[in-house]
Amino acid sequence: MKGVLKIPIVYKKRGILVVFQERLIKNLEKKANIIRRYIVEMISNAEGGHIGGALSIADIMAVLYFHILKIDPENPEWEDRDRVVLSKGHASAAWYAALTERGYFPKEELLTFDHINSRLQGHPDMNKTPGVDMSSGSLGQGISVALGMALAARYLKKTYRTFVILGDGETQEGQVWEAAMVAANYNTDNLIAILDYNKLQLYGETNTIMNIEPVIEKWHIFGWNTIEINGHRINEIVQALEDAVKFEGKPTIVVAHTIKGKGVSFMENKVEWHSLAPTEEQAKQALKELGYSNEKGF
Amino acid sequence: MKNKLIATRTAFGEALVEIAKERNDIVVLDADVASSTKTSIFKEAFPDRFFEMGIAEQNMMGVAAGMATTKKIIPFAVTFAVFATKRACDQVSISIAYPKLNVKIVGSYGGIPTGKAGATHQAFEDIAIMRAIPNMTVIVPADAVEMKQAVRACVEYNGPVYLRCIRCETPVIFDENYKFEWNKGVILRDGKDITIVSTGIMTPEALVAANILAEGGINVRLIHLHTIKPIDKDILLKASIETGHIVTVENHSIIGGLGGAVAEVLSESEPALIKRIGIEDKFGESGSLDDLFTKYGLTCENIVKEVKEIIKKKNK
Repeated sequence: MKGVLKIPIVYKKRGILVVFQERLIKNLEKKANIIRRYIVEMISNAEGGHIGGALSIADIMAVLYFHILKIDPENPEWEDRDRVVLSKGHASAAWYAALTERGYFPKEELLTFDHINSRLQGHPDMNKTPGVDMSSGSLGQGISVALGMALAARYLKKTYRTFVILGDGETQEGQVWEAAMVAANYNTDNLIAILDYNKLQLYGETNTIMNIEPVIEKWHIFGWNTIEINGHRINEIVQALEDAVKFEGKPTIVVAHTIKGKGVSFMENKVEWHSLAPTEEQAKQALKELGYSNEKGF
Repeated sequence: MKNKLIATRTAFGEALVEIAKERNDIVVLDADVASSTKTSIFKEAFPDRFFEMGIAEQNMMGVAAGMATTKKIIPFAVTFAVFATKRACDQVSISIAYPKLNVKIVGSYGGIPTGKAGATHQAFEDIAIMRAIPNMTVIVPADAVEMKQAVRACVEYNGPVYLRCIRCETPVIFDENYKFEWNKGVILRDGKDITIVSTGIMTPEALVAANILAEGGINVRLIHLHTIKPIDKDILLKASIETGHIVTVENHSIIGGLGGAVAEVLSESEPALIKRIGIEDKFGESGSLDDLFTKYGLTCENIVKEVKEIIKKKNK
C-alpha cells in the first residue's frame, strides 16, 4: 500500500505530541473549572472575598500548578521548589483552590476561608498556609519579593524559578516600577511576572481610574521580555509560560488579557464583583454555569 | 576621661565584614548610600555579596524579604534611618515584619547628626515607628564596641531587627570585657537618688552627667537600654521602686521612643514621675553638631539641670 508506512517518523511523533497536547489542555481546562468551582463555594460560604479577580486567574493558576511548577505538595518547604508570589493577594481564593486541588491541604479546609483562626486568611499568609511562598496584601510589594527570591536563587546557585502574579490596577503602585527597573538591571531571567490584565479595579475600569497603557511598551522599555496572550486560553498560557522559563538574559512578563469574573456570566466584566460575595442563590446559579448542579465540592 | 572617638556606622561596616568572613549567608543591600552607611567597606571586601538597589528603598525592603524566604541568606537592608522607617514603612511592616522574615534593617544617620543635611535627613521618629511594628526588635547601640557585638547578636537572632547607626564620631565607653546581652539593660552606675535611662549615643553623655551629679552628692543610677524593644521591664520596675523618679535621654523624639517606652512600662505597675529628654515634637534643622545638640537639649549640662529639677520635685 502506498502511503501508510511512508509517513516520515518525525510527523508521526508530532502526531503523538498533538494528541498529548490536546489531552494536557483538556486536563488543565478541567482543573481551571474545579478552581473556579472552589472559588465560588469558598467565597459564598465565607460571605466575603474577592471573587472577580480570583476567577480571572483561575486558568493561569491551573497551568502553573498542574503543568509548569516544580513543586512537592508533600514537602511545601522544599528548598529547590519553584516559587509563587501572589502580589495581588486579594485573589487568595484562587490560590487556595489551586493549592488544595494540588494536595497541599484538605479540601474541607476551604470552608474555614476568611473565618477566625483559619489557616486561609483573606490575604495570603506564608506562615499559616502550606504552599504559600510569601505573605501579600499590600499591593505592589510582591514583585520586589519575587525579585529577591530570584536574586537569591542566583546567589545560592539554585535552579528554581520565581513566578509573580500582578494585578493590572496594582501596577499603578510606584514600587512595581522600582522592581521592574532593578530586575532588568540584574537580568533576572529566572523571574517571570504574569499580569492579570482584567481591565477592572475596585472603583471602576482600570484605564479610566488611571491609565496604565501602553502596557507592553512600558514593560519592554523597562527592559523586560514581553509576551501577550489571552489569559483564558489554556494553550496560550502553556506556550507563554514554557517560553518564559526558557528565555535568557531578561525577566519576562506575560501580559494575560483576562475577564474579571470569568466563567460566571453575571459576574463577567462587572466592577461590583470585585469584592462581592454571591448569595446562596447566586452561588447555585454560578455553579450551574460551571457545570456543577447539586453536589458540594468540599 | 579621654575616650576614643568612633562612629557607630563605621563599627557597623567593619563588623559586617568580620562576621561575613566567618559565614557566607550574610549579604548587604544598600540604596545608593553605601559610602555614608559604611556598607562600602563590605562592598570592597565582598563585591559579590553586595546588592546595589539604587534610590528605591521600598523595593529594597521587598527584595531583602524575598531573599530571606530562602532561610539560607541573612540580608542586611541598609539606608538612612528616615528612608528605612518612613519611606519604606509599609514594606518593612508587611513584607518583613508580618511574615517574620530574617531581615536586618539598618537605619543609619539616626537622630541629630547628619552632616548638616537638616530636617529631611534627621530621623527623630524611627524608633517610635519601628517599635510599633509587631515582631520587630529595635536596637540602638551606645558606642562602637557595643555596635560590633550587636551586629553579631542580630545575625545569631532569627527574625527582623531594626538597628540604628550614628553618623558622627562618639566616645567609646565599653572595653573588650563588655558583653552585649540580648534584650537586657545595662546598669552603668548604681545609685539610689534617681535613675537616668538612656539609649544610643546619649548614654556616653548621660555617663558624664552622672559623674558631675555624683560630685554634687547626687547618686544617680544609670541604666543603658541598647534594646528598646523588647524592653527590659525588670530593670525599669526595680529602678522605679528603688530610686523613684526617672529621667530618660535619647537622640530621638520624646514621643514613642525610649521615653515613651519607659513611661508605658512604669505607668502600668510602678508609676514614677518621668522627665523625658529628647527632641520635643519638632522637625530638625541644619547646623553644627555642638549647636544642634545644645539647642535641642541633648548635652550633659542639660541632663544635669533636668535631674536637679526633678529631684526638687521628689523632695517636696
